[in-house]
Amino acid sequence: MFVILIFFTVLAQCFNGKEVEVVEEEEVFTEELLLRPLPDRKVLTHFHFEHKAPFHHQHYRLFPKAIHQLVQKFRIREMELSFTQGRWNYERWGGFDPVSSRNVKPPGVELWAVFDVPPNQVDETWKNLTHTLSGLFCASINFLESTTAYSAPVWGFQKISGGLRYGALPREAVCTENITPWLKLLPCRDKAGLASILERPSIYNGFYHSQRLRLISRGFESQEGVKPEIVLQQTLTAVLQSDSQRTMTTNYGKKLQTSWSIRSIFGRKPNDICVLAKSSTIFLELDRGLVYELNKLGVELDTTSADNAAFELTVIPTRVIKEEKSSLNEGSPVVYEFSMDKFSPGKLQDIGLTWKHPIVWACLQAPYHTNRFLMGSGNERGSIAISLRSTHSGMGSRIDNVVDGSKVEVVVFQVVPWYVKVYYHTLQVFIDGQPKMVADVVEKLHVSPSEDKVSTGAMEMILKFPSDANLVVLTMEFDKGFLHIDEYPPDANQGFDIPSAVISFPNSQASITYLKENFTSSPMLQKFKEKSVLLSYTEVLLVPLATPDFSMPYNVITITCTVFALYFGSLLNALRRRVGEEERIFESKGKFIYVGDSTKIRLVPLLLQKLFPKLRTHQQQPQSSSPSSLLRSKLIFKVILVAGLAIGWHFYFG
Amino acid sequence: MAESEVNEASKNPKKPQKPLIRVVIYIISHSSLFSLICCIAGIVAFLLLPILAKNTYISENALMPGSANPMFSGHETIEANQLVKEIMSINPKIVAAGIEIPRLLAQHMERTGAEVYCHKFHAQMNQFHPLQFFSASPYTLKMQENSSCGSHGINSVGIIRAPRGDGKEAIVLVTPYNSSKIDLSEALSLGLAYSIFSLLSRVNWLAKDFVWLAADSRYGEYNSVAAWLKDYHTPVFVGLKEFDTDTCAESSYPHDWKEHSTTARSIPDVFGRAGTIAAALVFKVVDRQETTDKDTLNIYSEASNGQMPNLDLINIVHYLAVHKQGLHVKVEKFYLLLNSAWLRIVGEIFELIGKVAKNLNPQWKFGIPAADYIEGTATLASSVYYQALGIPTGSHGAFRDYQVDAITLEISPRVSLNNEARRPEFLLRGGRLIEGVIRSVNNLLEKFHQSFFLYLMTSSGKFVSVGVYMIGFALLVSPLPVAAAALYSGLRTSDSSLNTNKHKANPSSTEAYGTVLKSWRWLHAAKVVFVVHLWGVLVSLVPCLIIQLPERTPTSSMLAWVSLSILSLVTLYGILGSPYSYIISPQYQRREWEILKAVMIAVASIGLGLMSIINYATAQIGAVLMVPMCLLAVPLRHISRSGMSRAVLLTIFNLVVAFLSFPPVTMLLIKGFSEGFDSVSVGDFWIWAQSLWTWNSATYLYLILIHLPCWALCIHILLHPC
Repeated sequence: MFVILIFFTVLAQCFNGKEVEVVEEEEVFTEELLLRPLPDRKVLTHFHFEHKAPFHHQHYRLFPKAIHQLVQKFRIREMELSFTQGRWNYERWGGFDPVSSRNVKPPGVELWAVFDVPPNQVDETWKNLTHTLSGLFCASINFLESTTAYSAPVWGFQKISGGLRYGALPREAVCTENITPWLKLLPCRDKAGLASILERPSIYNGFYHSQRLRLISRGFESQEGVKPEIVLQQTLTAVLQSDSQRTMTTNYGKKLQTSWSIRSIFGRKPNDICVLAKSSTIFLELDRGLVYELNKLGVELDTTSADNAAFELTVIPTRVIKEEKSSLNEGSPVVYEFSMDKFSPGKLQDIGLTWKHPIVWACLQAPYHTNRFLMGSGNERGSIAISLRSTHSGMGSRIDNVVDGSKVEVVVFQVVPWYVKVYYHTLQVFIDGQPKMVADVVEKLHVSPSEDKVSTGAMEMILKFPSDANLVVLTMEFDKGFLHIDEYPPDANQGFDIPSAVISFPNSQASITYLKENFTSSPMLQKFKEKSVLLSYTEVLLVPLATPDFSMPYNVITITCTVFALYFGSLLNALRRRVGEEERIFESKGKFIYVGDSTKIRLVPLLLQKLFPKLRTHQQQPQSSSPSSLLRSKLIFKVILVAGLAIGWHFYFG
Repeated sequence: MAESEVNEASKNPKKPQKPLIRVVIYIISHSSLFSLICCIAGIVAFLLLPILAKNTYISENALMPGSANPMFSGHETIEANQLVKEIMSINPKIVAAGIEIPRLLAQHMERTGAEVYCHKFHAQMNQFHPLQFFSASPYTLKMQENSSCGSHGINSVGIIRAPRGDGKEAIVLVTPYNSSKIDLSEALSLGLAYSIFSLLSRVNWLAKDFVWLAADSRYGEYNSVAAWLKDYHTPVFVGLKEFDTDTCAESSYPHDWKEHSTTARSIPDVFGRAGTIAAALVFKVVDRQETTDKDTLNIYSEASNGQMPNLDLINIVHYLAVHKQGLHVKVEKFYLLLNSAWLRIVGEIFELIGKVAKNLNPQWKFGIPAADYIEGTATLASSVYYQALGIPTGSHGAFRDYQVDAITLEISPRVSLNNEARRPEFLLRGGRLIEGVIRSVNNLLEKFHQSFFLYLMTSSGKFVSVGVYMIGFALLVSPLPVAAAALYSGLRTSDSSLNTNKHKANPSSTEAYGTVLKSWRWLHAAKVVFVVHLWGVLVSLVPCLIIQLPERTPTSSMLAWVSLSILSLVTLYGILGSPYSYIISPQYQRREWEILKAVMIAVASIGLGLMSIINYATAQIGAVLMVPMCLLAVPLRHISRSGMSRAVLLTIFNLVVAFLSFPPVTMLLIKGFSEGFDSVSVGDFWIWAQSLWTWNSATYLYLILIHLPCWALCIHILLHPC
């Protein structure tokens, strides 16, 4: 009886709980687009689609089932997959704001994931994941399954403990076949809503585009205060130029910034809103540098008016969002919000910006501008150099980065394939042209050396150097390996790629906190608010390795066959020859010629004695033996006859 | 004795001898005939090369030259003309003229939205470092503390980042100009390069980064490019700061750059890089009045030590220039040979043979007209000469040191450049050509590897590949080992016959011991050869000392070199013994020189073989000179014993060949024939040798370490007291 009672109460609680869950946990989808004019007459467009769904759920209305299955099957705690084409120009487009710090990715494919599985199963899970993603996104992500392609950073990439795997494919070409499956994850696809303006030619004609999928799931271990849910963020960051600019030729002198609108950038404008989205919003952001310059001109930006001295907006913004308190004495970013829900359906207007006053500004730079390049030439060895050049235009940002005693902390994470055999002991550090002791600058170093044909080499390193250093250079020497002929990838003569290194500045936080009064539930702006480490990626390097002539196998087969033929020929010859008899004949002859002393004559003279009489016979043959000369003349006559016949035949019938 | 052997041989016809050995023996026994045939065949094969040349073809399909319509239009030529006018309007008299042009160029580059920086370098030609051969690039950048500001050159560099490229590879366009004294042709090349640059900054097909290097050739074209490449590939990090904030930077860096820039960035002195360099073009406009009805394009491709760029690079230039732009394409040739009578005769003989063959069978088409043959030979000769010299024919050579394929394009108009009406058309042609080449290279996925690297050009559209030209060389060199073997084995048999005679007469143990000793007699000859080669090494190092001497002229240096060389030879003989000092019993003395000759020939053939791998052309020319000399060398006294007419002939031959193959004589004769004998002086060889070692040419090593010792040994043999 008592047991039954307990059973019922438990059951009742379960029901209660479920009801509560259904009420408060709902699937949420939001779509947002951020537009930002860039100093070099281009426009940054950043799409942010976010799904939020409860973790334990039987049936999803909006959340893509494929992703849910992925999370459940591989027990993914966090995952990020990005497809990128082109390079982010840190110098011109900035490197110290949330968009460039979080959403900029190296060219090609980059994938990292954190699994909630026992350590010995992580590699296996990773392999399966790469294959699944490869199928989902029509890309050769499955090349990341091999241990020679990925690595397991400990602390250099993300401060996540255990179960992290990181891999990059710099050579992966990104095309529409990758964006189509990505769009299919959206509830409205690209039929309605903000995604409908994603016209493929305009995106792929841009200067940079990076399509990203970020997955966060909380629910494998129940924690207090953490809601078990899956968050899927899909972002697409593209740098585009408006149509009018593309055809415009350069005219000299100070130029007006290009005026643009959504239609001129994408070639389309949104028609319908996605009714499934909880909110769809377009933001127009003016970054710090621009606001600073505008303030200098005395332009008022606080009001929601569409018109001011410097520019004119084609649509009146819903409201203006400003930064809470500018930590830097420069201008603070201003965001115009255009809520799509406020527009009547079918009457969505083409949001755009028309400049009235020529204005020049610069984007906020990361404290150090990073470059990586190869040194040396030839197919034998070389060295990798990473240079960190202080951006004096950092405008106070460096203050953030200062650790105790005015030291700057920089984390370097670099993965190198095994055929580039880096000698980590040759690490050299130069600060402002002065060679420094490695121990003085490198605070923490973790190296997992590569193993030939088995694993990649990874280097994680924390550097600490005085904040007034202008130029910090790290160099490492390497030997180029020799690959087996079947290990060469297609187009091996192009060279081999070293994926981008990740440089992070842990003391610099790229975040924008907006004023409380214009609090927004926008997931994108919430995301910008989060404090995160400033990241920047270096260039992909191309190492020319010694490549064989790939017709070589044919040559090898030919030469091997020749060697075999010679070997077997001489072997058979040796086997069927009766050595004893020959020696006897030779001996008898030797005795005849060299009386008694033949044993003392050495091998070479013996051979020569054996050979040279023959020569003399040739020279003297004509006089000594007439029958043989007759024979020879007959032979020559025959040869000439045959040759003549052949020539005649060839001449008349050939 | 011989008679009995013959009887024995005829009695026993089944004597066990392998066929291979029999062939070798046959060849060795007829070595003189074999040598003669091979030598003649080798030279004939070499003369046949223009006939055997194949038409060039584009091997790499990915290049697709000319498949796209050129985008370079009249608008670009206007842009180019504008810049030319601006450059020419700069007054060369003012002090800052050397800075004005880089400033102007940087300004223009900036306007196109490209990355711009200035590369400052110190100009310094390197000195002779004997141990630096093959180890370092010829340019050495050395910081001089007290160098004046005037010795800086400023290269202006613009980089277009390919909009959607991954920045792993780059294409480089170099336009050299003299910043202190610019002329119209250089200004035109700058203008044209700028218009291409601004075009490329707008196109959307660029997949590789594009670098335009406007090289300040005030201190030599090669130096400026080499300095930039050195900083690109092997930068120096130590002492960088001092270099950047030079005291004279104030005067040499323009102040007002920032004003003109459209973005707020200032022009940095940060060295910009753009990935691995895939290919490079050096582009020049030359105002050279040609008598053709078309604009002319000259292609220069030889880099150091006879290295050539991939043939595909030349092919695309040739294809685009001839078939798309209608230019007249030329490669360097010896104009002297065009009028030579004997070449005409040879050409006509080949033509006749070709005609006869064609009559026999219409499918045999190997004859070419005599005029073509002469043209081809003149081009081939220049191709071989410049490869053999081992000195790059332009600043493209600097790229080859970093395994980058590069060529120099020199474009010259039909009419004078001052003719403004004709200029746009000329610019349009040049611009479209370069755009097409860049687009082709841009299409390339892999680096150049499909086509030939080892070839000789016989015209801009014809080439001889390594497989063909090596045959002639192999034929020419093959007599050497045969002759060596014949000499050595001839010695053997005569020894053994002597021995057996003696044994028959008086067999004793001491004689047997003597035989063993004699079998090691070649050691003495080897010692002599070694000493002479050691002397060669000394001779090659002597210039190190000579360049330290103050107030020297080329002639005095040359004389010092010769006298020091002779002195060192005498000293070496004093220490290690003269070759004639070896006392031997008179019966063997006759054979002494033969051993020496055998060893000398063996060493020479090894040397030639090695050189043919390093630089085929040097080895080919060396073989033509050295093989007859080595084969003919016989002591003059020995000759005099033979018949009168034969002796005279052989003596004259020997002396002439020995005279001709003395390196300075050869060089001076070539110079004399090409430029007239009035201008030739002894010092010219010094100048020539100096240019060889400053360019790290392996030809210098070959000349002094192989050719000279062999020549000296031949003289030894000629003077041998047998």
